[in-house]
Amino acid sequence: MSGTFVGMPAFPKAAHDAVHNATLRANLRHATTTIRRKRADAVAELSDWAALREAGKQIKDHTLRNLDRYLEQLESAVTAAGGTVHWAADADEANRIVTGLVKATGEKEVVKVKSMATQEIGLNEALEAAGIRAYETDLAELIVQLGDDRPSHILVPAIHRNRGEIRDIFRSEMMRWGRPAPDGLTDTPAELAEAARLHLREKFLRAKVGVSGANFMVAETGTLVVVESEGNGRMCLTLPETLISVVGIEKTVPTWRDMEVFLQTLPRSSTAERMNPYTSMWTGTTDGDGPRAFHLVLLDNGRTDTLADAVGRQALRCIRCSACLNVCPVYERAGGHAYGSVYPGPIGAILSPQLRGTGSDIDASLPYASTLCGACYEVCPVAIDIPEVLVHLRERVAQGGPVTRAGTKVVLKPARGHAAERAAMRAARWALTHPGAVRAGQRLAARTRRFHPSRLPGPGKAWTATRELPTVPRESFGAWWKRTDGGTRDGKGGSR
Amino acid sequence: MSSRDLILGRVRHALADLAADPAPYAQAVERTYLREHGERTVEQTVALLAENLADYRAVVHRCTGRQMAGTLARLLSARGARTVLVPAGLPSDWLTDVTADRVPDSLLSTAYDLDRADSVITGCAVAVAETGTIVLDGGPDQGRRRITLVPDHHICVVRVPGQVVSSVPQALERLDPARPLTWISGPSATSDIELDRVEGVHGPRNLEVLLVDGQPAATDES
Ligand code: SF4
Repeated sequence: MSGTFVGMPAFPKAAHDAVHNATLRANLRHATTTIRRKRADAVAELSDWAALREAGKQIKDHTLRNLDRYLEQLESAVTAAGGTVHWAADADEANRIVTGLVKATGEKEVVKVKSMATQEIGLNEALEAAGIRAYETDLAELIVQLGDDRPSHILVPAIHRNRGEIRDIFRSEMMRWGRPAPDGLTDTPAELAEAARLHLREKFLRAKVGVSGANFMVAETGTLVVVESEGNGRMCLTLPETLISVVGIEKTVPTWRDMEVFLQTLPRSSTAERMNPYTSMWTGTTDGDGPRAFHLVLLDNGRTDTLADAVGRQALRCIRCSACLNVCPVYERAGGHAYGSVYPGPIGAILSPQLRGTGSDIDASLPYASTLCGACYEVCPVAIDIPEVLVHLRERVAQGGPVTRAGTKVVLKPARGHAAERAAMRAARWALTHPGAVRAGQRLAARTRRFHPSRLPGPGKAWTATRELPTVPRESFGAWWKRTDGGTRDGKGGSR
Repeated sequence: MSSRDLILGRVRHALADLAADPAPYAQAVERTYLREHGERTVEQTVALLAENLADYRAVVHRCTGRQMAGTLARLLSARGARTVLVPAGLPSDWLTDVTADRVPDSLLSTAYDLDRADSVITGCAVAVAETGTIVLDGGPDQGRRRITLVPDHHICVVRVPGQVVSSVPQALERLDPARPLTWISGPSATSDIELDRVEGVHGPRNLEVLLVDGQPAATDES
């Protein structure tokens, strides 16, 4: 299946193709604008939002700074509660562990909760190679899986599909995976959801093995937390006899109390709800309730390399809320697929090149997939300074420098054959031929001027060696024109 | 070297640029955020719970302890429930008026058995007003996690004001992480199709919350 991102063209090429897909763009614009507005309302309800955001940042920073200690504490707590902990240095090892665990149960199929860690390592493909079928049970993931497609958004992976497309996929594909779509299925969301319910319920009821990720792991207590809406998560976490959770090591938080911060900031940032419909928390195994065997696979796969970068490590604070995607003018037009990774949008642009290195064209071009407008930083509930990391990574790509790969310090050569320059210039051309994206960026650019270097780092360096990069004005011309009614009203001074 | 040692070694290596002796956890995090948002009387907190539950499409009812058994029976028959799942430790006087067949949850019942039940009745551990959330912790009146998941109709009884807190921080204080916990805010929902909210994909499509004032019938003698 085409569910992996191997062989993706570099971002500018992929984005170029995507912006010419009118359906995709319309689907995305509708979705991101809706969710953006709702999020702002949900956040405005909490008068202490800034303090919660700062606490979330500090908790994550403290954890990362002491990650070895907290991982050891987590391991003992999970073990004491009846779970088994496995450590996986990379994707292959994680896949081997999970495949082995499933095989040991004698089962040939597993039900899965939507999890980006398992997508990142290509677990479904690895299981398939071992003769095990993995059923995605999140509605959007089901749409992606049936459509032999790739996810395009962290939270709503099928956001690029409209209802008509979904109906067509259900009608033609459901029968190949199990219970066929009901006769005469229309494209109303309620009917489509019902079709998914019937299709998946037979899988839930017979499932013996569940596979999940987790949103948080509490070191102090060994508790894992999964946040969801549909109940498919609860099904996978509680009905099977064996539960296997694959979780990135950065998902650790020190104490139970820390959940009071993230359970307030995550739902409001992601689905713009006061609270998501379901949150499951479990600590090891419980007699008579839920799986009898629980395995936790702690995944590195580039995370420790990311941790080694003093500027870039803040990306590991990410709680995958997807707020940054929904405000990003580049994401809105290019769509999630253009990022060539399971992590699209602004967070993908800084996370993927760190997890995977910048060896491929797509990874080398990702730090340029941004207008540096700063909107992502403003909405991020753990205050990740995405523009700062983007600029830092551009410099890495273009100038080279020390990086850590697979735990070893290596010195990166400057991008070969001006590949990065080309990538940057193509990205710039793309932005310039899509003025809407730039306008949206400019509104915020004035507030983020500190991110704008006076010399271009990296590929643009040669160009700015003899020229000053024009500074971003405090206010764009368009905004000034609007504010002053074409200069007829007081036009003195720019807004800050 | 084991992968465990490899990963822990890489973590230590990665952090080598940072000064030793970082602040202890207690000092590392400033908790200047609020314990609850706004000031409310007890009755206002209960009203906010009802409002937020309803906002997320749970159906909310209120009654006194004396009316409780009658109300539960009425809610079940209004839905035409013929079978109702009950956790082992559900107080028996809650069900005195119920005519539907009672199916006690048992370790032997399979997921298929649960799928045949029309409704389920449980208590809860705590309810959070600001978010419209009820939390189940597997206590005797709540049973195993699966019984509130597979049937399509869940009636949850919340004793007010005793089981109601204002906020998420206050709820976490009351809960024991060693128990399996399920936080429920409204019925199962998805927004995966063009961000249109649809209730009920996999979990119960119908969540009814019964806010019961004062003590349950047996002790409601005032
Ligand atoms: S970077 Fe921040 S805003 Fe983006 S998904 Fe992660 S936590 Fe959310």
